[in-house]
Amino acid sequence: MVVPEGLKYTKEHEWIKVEGNVATVGITDFAQGELGDIVFVELPKVGQTLKQMQAFGTIEAVKAVSEMFAPVSGSVREVNTNLEADSSVINKDPYGAGWMIKIENFPAGEISALLDAATYKKLLED
Amino acid sequence: MSQIKKTPFTECNEKAGGKMVEFAGYLMPIQYRSINQEHLKVRQSVGAFDLSHMGEFFVRGAGALEFIQSVTTNDASALKMNQVQYSAMCYPHGGIVDDLLVYRLPDEYMLVVNAANLDKDFAWLMEHKPKGVEMINRSDELGLLAIQGPKAEQVIRKIAKFDWDKIGYYEAGRTAFCGKDTLFSRTGYTGEDGFEIYCDPSIAVQLWEQTLEAGKEFDIEPIGLGARDSLRLEMRYMLYGNDIDQTTNPIEAGLGWICKPEKGEFVGRKPIVDMKEGKPPRRMQSLVLKDKAIPRHGYPIFVGDKNVGTVTSGCFSPSLEQGIALGYVAREHGKVGETVDIDVRGKRVQAEVVKGGFYKDGSHK
Repeated sequence: MVVPEGLKYTKEHEWIKVEGNVATVGITDFAQGELGDIVFVELPKVGQTLKQMQAFGTIEAVKAVSEMFAPVSGSVREVNTNLEADSSVINKDPYGAGWMIKIENFPAGEISALLDAATYKKLLED
Repeated sequence: MSQIKKTPFTECNEKAGGKMVEFAGYLMPIQYRSINQEHLKVRQSVGAFDLSHMGEFFVRGAGALEFIQSVTTNDASALKMNQVQYSAMCYPHGGIVDDLLVYRLPDEYMLVVNAANLDKDFAWLMEHKPKGVEMINRSDELGLLAIQGPKAEQVIRKIAKFDWDKIGYYEAGRTAFCGKDTLFSRTGYTGEDGFEIYCDPSIAVQLWEQTLEAGKEFDIEPIGLGARDSLRLEMRYMLYGNDIDQTTNPIEAGLGWICKPEKGEFVGRKPIVDMKEGKPPRRMQSLVLKDKAIPRHGYPIFVGDKNVGTVTSGCFSPSLEQGIALGYVAREHGKVGETVDIDVRGKRVQAEVVKGGFYKDGSHK
């Protein structure tokens, strides 16, 4: 189970990576493993505003469907349109090519309240 | 809660990286690597399945055939020696107790039933069994390994000697596997050519290893229950508990071809005949989704504002790369070629009613 340092995590198994004013969001290695083969994802439109922990999209995997929740409030700056053609990259590279959306205009306070890698790892172990 | 049962292949499954889950009281692999990839492996080459959770009952004695005739819908008297038949057991009201395979073997019949129904089926059969007929549940004494796929015969040829050309689809035989005389049949639940080997647990590990070794040149892989489900669904094979159960009559499920009322009396005969003659109010239909979506068990089916049915099984077909579903649709709707809507969590997705199975290129003989 890969849990990279330097990212923040939610209990719902999303990760978020902050670079300047932009935060990239995806699902964790654990989440993709639990879901199994991902067939496709439904993502929000660019410009949509999100509240923290609001469902922003769904993942249809072979075994089950599940929702994704926004780790922070903000507006959608970019969505990963590559996932439309091939969602299996989320299984192969959940922290890289399998990213879902980029959020801007998020409150810094919400970021710092999220789980760090060590805390998230511990959550998985329990 | 009783303890979860292991199969003779459990250690093999775990060693192979199987993701183990409880299924019908057994610890079974849902997948090893990827359900999609396992599915396609069986379609394109060959895979090995641990199916030891399935139940095996042996029936013998002078009245064995009459007994089986009295509790199953198909005509077991038509079975030639070493032939296998798909059949069903029904309640007096026509609902299905279980679907099963009936094997006619030299000294006995073997009934292969679903793991989830094993205890219920055995009790039901015991209730109807006349004196003089002996029935033994050997489910815990037998491992079951299936080898399925277009390359299955090439694999089995390397691990056991037999006149493999002579064994047809739905025929059984015995030969030595790992030095032990073993029952096998050319049967399966995938639509591909393949074999099912009912082995003594003492040879299970060796049989597993020999099979994977013999299949190496074809990139054989172990296949979990996830791919087993999508493989059977692409063929429109029923799954008890999803598509058929105690509330469904075999006729509405499209299983009229395994109901032979002309053979004489059997439990459930009258409601089956009645539904056949009176036309079923709903019928099991095959649906192909026109948009990218995954239909799942329980999703409602609509025509306009009218709820005309329910999805009983659905998946994203790895072979067709489309959502496919089975579901009961009211008789006046759902004709082949017609379009219906499936409610996918509040969103309507159009689906076309198609005839028969979804995957037409299976290698089964």
